[in-house]
Amino acid sequence: MPNMSLEKIAMPVQPADERIKNFEEVATGYTAEMAMEEATRCLHCKHKPCVNGCPVNVNIPDFIEKVKDGEFEEAYRIISLTSSLPAVCGRVCPQENQCEKYCVRGIKGESVAIGRLERFVADYHRENNDAPLTKPESNHHKVAIVGAGPAGLTCAGDLAKQGYEVTIFEALHVAGGVLMYGIPEFRLPKEIVQKEISHLKELGVEIVTNFVVGRSDSIDSLIESGYEAIFIGSGAGLPNFMNLEGENLKGVYSANEFLTRINLMKAYKEGSATPVQHPKKCVVVGGGNVAMDAARCARRLGSEVHIVYRRSMEELPARKEEVEHAQEEGIIFDLLCNPVKVLGDENGWVNGIECVRMELGEPDESGRRRPVEIKDSNFTIDIDCMIMAIGTSPNPLIRHTTEGLEVNRKGCFIVDDKNMTSRAGVYAGGDAVTGAATVIQAMGAGKKAASSIHEYLSK
Amino acid sequence: MYTILKKEVLNPTVTRMIIDAPFVAKRAKAGQFIILRVNEEGERIPLTIADSDSEKGTVSIIFQIVGKTTMLLNTLEEGDSLHDFVGPLGKPSEIDGNEKVCIIGGGVGCAIAYPTAKAFHEAGSDVTTIVGFRNKDLVILEDEFKECSDAYYLMSDDGSVGQKGVVTLKLEELIQSGEKFDKVIAIGPIIMMKFVCELTKKYNIPTVVSMNPIMIDGTGMCGGCRLRVGDEIKFACVDGPDFDGHLVDFDEAMSRNRAYMDFEKHEREETCNLLNKEVA
Repeated sequence: MPNMSLEKIAMPVQPADERIKNFEEVATGYTAEMAMEEATRCLHCKHKPCVNGCPVNVNIPDFIEKVKDGEFEEAYRIISLTSSLPAVCGRVCPQENQCEKYCVRGIKGESVAIGRLERFVADYHRENNDAPLTKPESNHHKVAIVGAGPAGLTCAGDLAKQGYEVTIFEALHVAGGVLMYGIPEFRLPKEIVQKEISHLKELGVEIVTNFVVGRSDSIDSLIESGYEAIFIGSGAGLPNFMNLEGENLKGVYSANEFLTRINLMKAYKEGSATPVQHPKKCVVVGGGNVAMDAARCARRLGSEVHIVYRRSMEELPARKEEVEHAQEEGIIFDLLCNPVKVLGDENGWVNGIECVRMELGEPDESGRRRPVEIKDSNFTIDIDCMIMAIGTSPNPLIRHTTEGLEVNRKGCFIVDDKNMTSRAGVYAGGDAVTGAATVIQAMGAGKKAASSIHEYLSK
Repeated sequence: MYTILKKEVLNPTVTRMIIDAPFVAKRAKAGQFIILRVNEEGERIPLTIADSDSEKGTVSIIFQIVGKTTMLLNTLEEGDSLHDFVGPLGKPSEIDGNEKVCIIGGGVGCAIAYPTAKAFHEAGSDVTTIVGFRNKDLVILEDEFKECSDAYYLMSDDGSVGQKGVVTLKLEELIQSGEKFDKVIAIGPIIMMKFVCELTKKYNIPTVVSMNPIMIDGTGMCGGCRLRVGDEIKFACVDGPDFDGHLVDFDEAMSRNRAYMDFEKHEREETCNLLNKEVA
């Protein structure tokens, strides 16, 4: 008899007043008992709508069945068949828009906590049974992957499992992409990311760091050196600014810079070689997950933090859970307002922003109501730090250094339904194709490209 | 890991290292830079490629000991390794072989001016170099510059070597004596580049500067190195580091470079203490 409780088993979390003083993980994870109890809420529907909601189609009811029976290793094996980074996905996927959105239990009450269960299983495996994986026998085909973010890692993992000799080229000094430099430690511990990446190495994936494709070498010379197919998963890492007067004042960061200093370079730690400003009062411009991450990092550095967003609470693109966590941590939401000018002192430091109030007009092409300025409603907020989190675009480096790679007007690679670009044998996926999206969508694209590459090289 | 093959003291505060880095050496061109991390906890710092040999797979860097990271870097010896070394980054300098160019280097900026002068010389240009230092003890790369220059002028602030005065003094002398430069390239402290540009604007000589803002990744993903160039915002790591000097907002660039001054001072003092203790 399934557990018919309308609510998920609650996730244990660090209390807000404690967690704003550290960078440790906010959600501490289910215990085995909690996981087994939550697993009994799954109805094991025949048509499995949750599976179709998952971009990498994890066999959800099957793994949950094993969790219910306490067979956690078997549950892990089932997830691993389709997912390369379960400990990451269980933490950062927006499950409410994916697997859990389609869960039958969600029609009346809360859906099954699929993400929390996936996370539990992956964490259990890592803590209890972490024997190295065996490297599959080589099929002697070489594939190069550009970028070690979620798309590239997934593509590499899937190809390696089929015997391909895979090399990933990564520009930064560590692999992981946004999982390392973007998403903060308190949402996704970096040790866990590196552990999942080490599984790929056990499968034989070679990762070359400090290698900027487009500068250190070109796509064409990778092909010349014997790679039969290439997957470009270079992401969308170029930060957007608003071109406001004063945006170059000291104390004005892109969210990418602020988060890279904190997450990748560990600037939050005492004694770190990389500095970051510890603001007193900070404004984060934007309403997505990146804005929430930046705001919550600034809070942990001791700052009063305001989110400035031009629409209202309903339109915030960030995950609901992240917004709630941010609110619990004391982050102030200044909604329906937009910066028009950045103000500075005589030493070139930001000391305020001038904003204008907005109201919502008719829906625009995205379906969201378009914000319209209210005349003469300008006001000033005194600040000493401003973080721009208004989106990113694909980095132009690869398209500028490779002939015959078609891109759209936003600079995203154009691919066919098999993720192949305008050049035969060159595939692309993730944010490099879609523009800034989610980790799991990038993983889905990496997975699809891996299967297309396999098909292409098997001909 | 990237092994230090050779270490050479050029003056009391400037060191040259030759690093084993075949991938960087293979594609490196004048005007480009690398980013390195000394150790696993280290920060990422940009340094210009002073020379490279694609056959040997080596890259030379020249750095001034100014703070924590460069002090740590300077404690490494031949045979030691750098944890990370990535490049070549940035756009190569535009080198035209049919020009009469004046290349101006200030202080350790000469380490960057030298590969540019060499590239122009090899391309067939007529190369005049003006280099400036605070005093005679700080002079670097004199022989190297002479070898690739049609004319070489050495300036020092205190007159202890070469001619007394700043580089702009010599530049203006040459212009007034009738030298017709197609292009001036200024590389050094921002304040020097600013004054060179003010001078060349007066005489309407196209001027290129090599900017040195604070960088983190060096691949265009953070905008920490952004500069105002004319009406546009540019990222020095991908759009530069070379820019039209008559369009760069030098005052803003100078201000931005001072953003972490207090932190850097603190780190430098800590490191001084630390290193002294180790010695004693």
